[in-house]
Amino acid sequence: MKQTNAQGLKTAKGIHIRRSVFAYPYVVWMAVFIVAPMLLILYYAFTSDGGFTLENIVQAASWDNLRVLADSVRFAVYTTLLCLLLGFPVAYLLSQMKKTTAALLSVFFIVPMWMNFLLRTYAWKVLLGAFTNMLYTESAVLLGMVYNFLPFMILPIYTTLIKLDKSYLEAAADLGANPTKTFLKVVLPLSMPGIISGITMVFIPSTTTFAISQLLGGGKTMLYGDLIYMKFITEQSWNTGSALSIILLVFVLVSMTFMKKAERKTSDEGGGRLW
Amino acid sequence: MVNRLKKFFSGTYLGLMLVFLYAPILILIVYSFNQSKTLGNWTGFTFDWYVQLFRTPEITDALAVTLSVAAISSIVATVLGTVAAIGLHAMKRRDRLLLENISQLPMVNPDLVTGISLMLLFLFVGVRNGYVRLLIAHITFNLPYVIFSVLPKLRQSSDMLYEAALDLGCTPMQAIQKVVIPDIMPGIVSGLIMAFTLSLDDFVISFFAGNGVDNLSMYIYASARRGVNPALSTIIFVPVVTLLLIVNLKSIREERNAELQLKKVGMKR
Repeated sequence: MKQTNAQGLKTAKGIHIRRSVFAYPYVVWMAVFIVAPMLLILYYAFTSDGGFTLENIVQAASWDNLRVLADSVRFAVYTTLLCLLLGFPVAYLLSQMKKTTAALLSVFFIVPMWMNFLLRTYAWKVLLGAFTNMLYTESAVLLGMVYNFLPFMILPIYTTLIKLDKSYLEAAADLGANPTKTFLKVVLPLSMPGIISGITMVFIPSTTTFAISQLLGGGKTMLYGDLIYMKFITEQSWNTGSALSIILLVFVLVSMTFMKKAERKTSDEGGGRLW
Repeated sequence: MVNRLKKFFSGTYLGLMLVFLYAPILILIVYSFNQSKTLGNWTGFTFDWYVQLFRTPEITDALAVTLSVAAISSIVATVLGTVAAIGLHAMKRRDRLLLENISQLPMVNPDLVTGISLMLLFLFVGVRNGYVRLLIAHITFNLPYVIFSVLPKLRQSSDMLYEAALDLGCTPMQAIQKVVIPDIMPGIVSGLIMAFTLSLDDFVISFFAGNGVDNLSMYIYASARRGVNPALSTIIFVPVVTLLLIVNLKSIREERNAELQLKKVGMKR
């Protein structure tokens, strides 16, 4: 009887069902709307008129397209570095404040994450257009990306830093380290897991961003997301588009494994983690 | 003195960053009360933009679509996801890990790829209705967020409670309703809120998976070139910020109260 309790249920009619049955509706949903669509992308990427081919992949990996990918990666790297440069001090300063003040202020830095990103990007378009001549340049695109992704850098670093035990800092000071040295040798290494989470949360979405470059770059800056959009919507060539998507997916998975490895390495050495 | 200077600089820096994050939207909001069409040229106060907003059927329709899709998709995802999490939790480790990994796919996948994959499916199967497409897409990307906010709560709660309820005469369904669900309620609520806000905000997946029925993001994208009614920023910004502030301030106050209580009991540390 005990065993039935742990693993299963009895309905009123006494029919024995297992609790794991509860997951089945979701499993069906997942199979139809997550797995099947991905298989369709794979299908279109590796076939042409129903027959297997590598032609689409070869076409998608043309020099022109790879240059767009490289451009996107360049933009993503700049965005990530700028977010780190601007965001780390925010997280650090917040973590040094009184607990309740920090909790309140940090909300204001994190709220933009939940606000319509298209509207915020549009707001920049209007502002840059009205007050500067920066609109439709690469700098405008970069500004839009940094603006959109900054909170995603602040949050994980902040959550790591508030967990940092203040007695480490006191110990470092007691042992004769000056503030700079304490920061470099204690704070920075211990905040590494947060920094890496932040890099992941900024770098990957900014490689695959879509629409920011269209709104702020005026179509002059073509990023990989825009290229996929063009293939699917403008040219209606699903095979090449799917192949491009597969290349992007592989790129994302590879960079993610890389980051996960770096994260594991640093979190072994202590410190908190976001996920 | 040095301390004061430090405080001044850190305050200035944080202030500047907040200005950077909020200024664009706030300026749009200010100019939504301006008579002139061009930004930077203040000609007088008016509510015209707001009147116009509610007289533009494209906007009111998009607003209705956004809100109803967010409400329906987050509720469906929360029910389906909570039930699924209870099921997953009771599964054998190997099965559970496999399913959890597949569940993470929509979170790992670039939005662009998720949107396109759904678009291909809808075209392949022949789902024409744009509203249904949006609903299915939103439920799909909301589900993992619900599941992964409920699962940790299930892990924290003890199976003993459930068994105790059975021993005390509950039927299994009653035990789930009266013991398991209340125990994991915080996870369910945060999953629901997350799903709702994600759905309100989504552009990329809706853009590709949708078909002719626009939510607000899609409307803004489509009309960005001609210009969007600035009153829209107030309509979107104010409720979202108010909601998020209420939710967060409540949790901060609760945390502080809990802390004060701990201090009173003298148990801190």
